[in-house]
Amino acid sequence: MGGSVMKPPVSRLAPVQWIRQNLFSTWYNTLLTLAVGWLLVTSVVPVFDWLIFGATFSGDGPGDCVGKGACWLFINQRLNFFIYGFYPDAEQWRVDIMFALLALSFVPQFIDRFPGRTWFGLFGLTGLPLCGYILIPGGWFGLEPVDSSKWGGLMLTLVIAYVGIIASLPIGVLLALGRRSEMPIIRGLCIVFIEVWRAVPLITVLFMASVMLPLFLPEGMNFEKLLRALIGITLWQSAYMAEVIRGGLQAIPRGQYEAASALGLGYWRRMGLVILPQALKLVIPGIVNTFIALFKDTTLVLIIGLFDVLGAVQSTVTDPAWQNVATEGYVFVAFCFWVFCFGISRYSQNLERKLDTGHKT
Amino acid sequence: MAEHNSATNAADIPSAAQHDAPDIIQVEGMHKWYGEFHVLRDLNLSVRRGERIVICGPSGSGKSTFIRCINRLEEHQQGKIIVDGVELTDDVRQIDSVRREVGMVFQHFNLFPHLTVLENCCLAPVWVRKVPRKEAEQTAMEYLERVKIPDQAHKYPGQLSGGQQQRVAIARALCMKPKIMLFDEPTSALDPEMIKEVLDVMIELAGSGMTMLCVTHEMGFAKTVADRVIFMDGGEIVEQGPPKAFFSNPREPRTQKFLEQILQH
Repeated sequence: MGGSVMKPPVSRLAPVQWIRQNLFSTWYNTLLTLAVGWLLVTSVVPVFDWLIFGATFSGDGPGDCVGKGACWLFINQRLNFFIYGFYPDAEQWRVDIMFALLALSFVPQFIDRFPGRTWFGLFGLTGLPLCGYILIPGGWFGLEPVDSSKWGGLMLTLVIAYVGIIASLPIGVLLALGRRSEMPIIRGLCIVFIEVWRAVPLITVLFMASVMLPLFLPEGMNFEKLLRALIGITLWQSAYMAEVIRGGLQAIPRGQYEAASALGLGYWRRMGLVILPQALKLVIPGIVNTFIALFKDTTLVLIIGLFDVLGAVQSTVTDPAWQNVATEGYVFVAFCFWVFCFGISRYSQNLERKLDTGHKT
Repeated sequence: MAEHNSATNAADIPSAAQHDAPDIIQVEGMHKWYGEFHVLRDLNLSVRRGERIVICGPSGSGKSTFIRCINRLEEHQQGKIIVDGVELTDDVRQIDSVRREVGMVFQHFNLFPHLTVLENCCLAPVWVRKVPRKEAEQTAMEYLERVKIPDQAHKYPGQLSGGQQQRVAIARALCMKPKIMLFDEPTSALDPEMIKEVLDVMIELAGSGMTMLCVTHEMGFAKTVADRVIFMDGGEIVEQGPPKAFFSNPREPRTQKFLEQILQH
């Protein structure tokens, strides 16, 4: 064999071989395969029949939904309400710009070779919230003000989730650092904050923010319900975030802290340049888990009378003009949530792969 | 223990210790406790500028703890430590100013795994010394060349062998242009075939007149480069002296026993 290069044995099978070896190797495997196949066919076919083949997509009104399948016409006709809530039609272009900017910031993140995609991402974290702050409520640069009580639908869901996500991460980092601080007062305050907020259900937080807080505030000092809800969600979320990040901080070996100290880096540089980049990278799965949970928890704002996408759908499925469209409505809501949560999840996997520097020491 | 040094005898590297200049490190009556446990007992040490000191002793003798006190990675509870005229106290600014001038090399390298080799070397000069990035990179490449791995500059530490990582760690410390270098068992975590490449770098550094304090079990290295060998046991300095006298006729029985054990094979 002297000098010849040995190749690893090929282990891949041709599809036909694979099927024979894995699905039809013995008589009972064959039986199982056939039984499961039959179940799949009989259950999947009706689903697609309902979803697509027998469904009604267009028409003029409830009367056109006569097929056996889903009545997507209902979604189609109410889409405007599901996406914008009561946001005035003439001003909806402002929300459309925000949707476009959101897509512009994050779609490039999925394309490895997209030029300057880091900048798009950074814009998503800084410029995008700023644009939203100016465009959506209006009142600046001659934009007509739109009261937050008119916001609703998917747009409101995204506003709440985005603010919650963007604001809770930095607060969570500070709380996590504070909880590991050597200064007893800071550590104590952070522990109390985290343990109090984390131990309260989000529903309670929202309820307190919308109903009880105004009772304690002095007369005349009352700010919008949405803003109160946003603050409540952000604080609640940052307590969770802090604990996830603390897990990451604790996983960094002591030697990293020591090496950074020995080079003369002060506390904030030590944390910002050496410890946090590693710790945050370690806990990306945990952070994303929390983000996804928050995204879905935003539906709870329904109980304080804010109409997010679920609330908007729920309020229309009872419309007597349409019969039995509840399933279509909830499938639509589920689809909306799935698209965004799956997007977040894919993005995080992408990020993990990109940040992997092959160290597992 | 095998002698890995390329240098053959102690005369190879002339002493750079300056006798007229004030001592760069002064330790006076220093004690340290871990809880109830008295780890360091009444340590006294003066190090001259350019002096090369090797600290040895059995494990648990407090030698690592001792040199970690010199840049305040460990806190001492009693006595004085003065490094280049600055006393180490609770004052964070004083601690950071000492750490800027004292480089340290660890047993487990402790490179920053999320940064490339070059970024590891530039981090502290750029953020602590405020050196412009271009200049810091140039300096870093010079030092990487000195430790003979300029071609690895853009790799991540996880892609390097242990010996290469330790040489990067030495370069990283040198990039801060420190006045003193501390080595905490720099070869103990390395495979035997990599020990030599690290020791060669340290010997070369010793030849350049750097003040060095080195905790090591490499007695060959001690014979070649040390101006003084310190033997610690039970948290005390038991014996110290120039390597020739230290190795050929140690006075204390504890030293004799230690040397017998490690020089036997």
